[in-house]
Amino acid sequence: MSMLSVKDLNVWFGGGRDRVDAVKSASFDVAEGDSFGIVGESGSGKSTILRAIVGLNPTWTGQILVDGHPVPKRRPKSFYKTVQMVFQDPYASLHPRHSVDQVLGETLFLHGFSDIEARVVKLLDDVGLGRDFRFRYPHQLSGGQRQRVAIARALAPEPRILLLDEPTSALDVSVQAEILNLLTDLRAEHGLTYVMVSHDLSVVGHMCSRLAVMKDGEIVEIMDVADLRAMQAKHPYSQELLAASV
Amino acid sequence: MTLLDVENLWVKFPTRQGVFDAVRGVSFTLGRERLGIVGESGSGKSMTGRAILRLIRPPGMVSADQISLEGVDLMQKTEREMRDVRGQRISMVMQDPKFSLNPVMTVGAQIIEAFRLHNKASKSVAYAKALEMLEAVSIRNPERVMRAYPHEMSGGMGQRIMIAMMLIPNPEILIADEPTSALDVSVQRQVLDIIDTLVKDRGMGLIFISHDLNLVADFCDRVLIMYSGRIVEVCDADKLHDAKHPYTRGLLNSLPRLDAPRDRLEVLKRDPAWAEAPSVSARI
Repeated sequence: MSMLSVKDLNVWFGGGRDRVDAVKSASFDVAEGDSFGIVGESGSGKSTILRAIVGLNPTWTGQILVDGHPVPKRRPKSFYKTVQMVFQDPYASLHPRHSVDQVLGETLFLHGFSDIEARVVKLLDDVGLGRDFRFRYPHQLSGGQRQRVAIARALAPEPRILLLDEPTSALDVSVQAEILNLLTDLRAEHGLTYVMVSHDLSVVGHMCSRLAVMKDGEIVEIMDVADLRAMQAKHPYSQELLAASV
Repeated sequence: MTLLDVENLWVKFPTRQGVFDAVRGVSFTLGRERLGIVGESGSGKSMTGRAILRLIRPPGMVSADQISLEGVDLMQKTEREMRDVRGQRISMVMQDPKFSLNPVMTVGAQIIEAFRLHNKASKSVAYAKALEMLEAVSIRNPERVMRAYPHEMSGGMGQRIMIAMMLIPNPEILIADEPTSALDVSVQRQVLDIIDTLVKDRGMGLIFISHDLNLVADFCDRVLIMYSGRIVEVCDADKLHDAKHPYTRGLLNSLPRLDAPRDRLEVLKRDPAWAEAPSVSARI
């Protein structure tokens, strides 16, 4: 039984003459507890898929099933208790004038938790920050620490699916390793399902078990990471991508 | 032959907590080669590049025993004399074309300005020269690009325009500060190839600043590894994977690799001694 299933997803921007088809009939399934990668160059529509799933792009057609239930156009609150997203740029995705405590506390409050105090501390422990960071503002944190806060915020409603949009591309390689390890640990601990978008094949190869290669809005190939490692890409574009990253 | 000789370069910024040393006693020489500088953010690699062109604004301070360009010490030059060096003899390509191109001037006007600033030439000669340069960085349809504004260009094109603009005065040294980190993997390769051919054909020296170890190992001849303002290791680019310093090893091991899957990535353990150890000289 797949946790997330996308069927024939089309996403477009604008209308008439200026219409841009960003994603064209994309379909894929992600099993529960699995980690699925989406790779492609910028403008290929990989982030757009995530944004459509989470409801940030209202213009889409097709079918999105979460845990077997179709997602309606207006997403109910319960949807966001299941699906959460971590964005690319930790410098831009946190409110500059809200402390870590406010960011996490507000999220918990909006999702109707009552034991906010204890949960904030628990979340900070989970992402390896500790309670010293609780009353800091984003400008007092490094890039890696900010991304940890962003991950803690996404984990606050206790989701089952985490959508990761290039979670480490704004970070140094040494910090990238820490964040990727954290994500691996969290997945094991909480039994999360990941969909991870990246332009870096080796990151996807490390984190995921299956991946989709996108080009110009279309998924050109879905393959297992084992095939990727064995350099057995079928589509010429995936072969090109693979050659460029080794 | 040595183009540039940097000896004991320091960059300091006064702060409320005392003086912060961004670059601490860095020495290296550059011949007609591709020299890579790698390190994490905050390691002082960009500051080194800027200090060579004396682009550090007060209250930042630059001091060095010498920064000599073909035997002439740049530290002794006045601000007015430095203007003839910048662009003309040493030019610099910055990280993000979005912030380095003038948004209210057409691409053509900017390239022509760069050329005429350093060469006495008529507008038509400059126009022809600019077209030729755009072709050299493999831009298709250069006439259209000349008329276009920067926001109409993609990131990869913008970066190629920057390179065209920086190379049109025919400098002897090009400093490229993360020229490809804002670009896609596929476009990255193209831009690097362009830099490579131009540098080779013109016999220029290249300082290539990057955080991407594999890219530098692939592209450069010699690599300096910087940590907290110092050079911790110097090695030939093709021997980077046999590097000795624990910091370099740590950086290399923290990269995920397709051919060697692991459950967990190694996390860099920082040793305070690395920051204290004196800078390794990369002068030949």
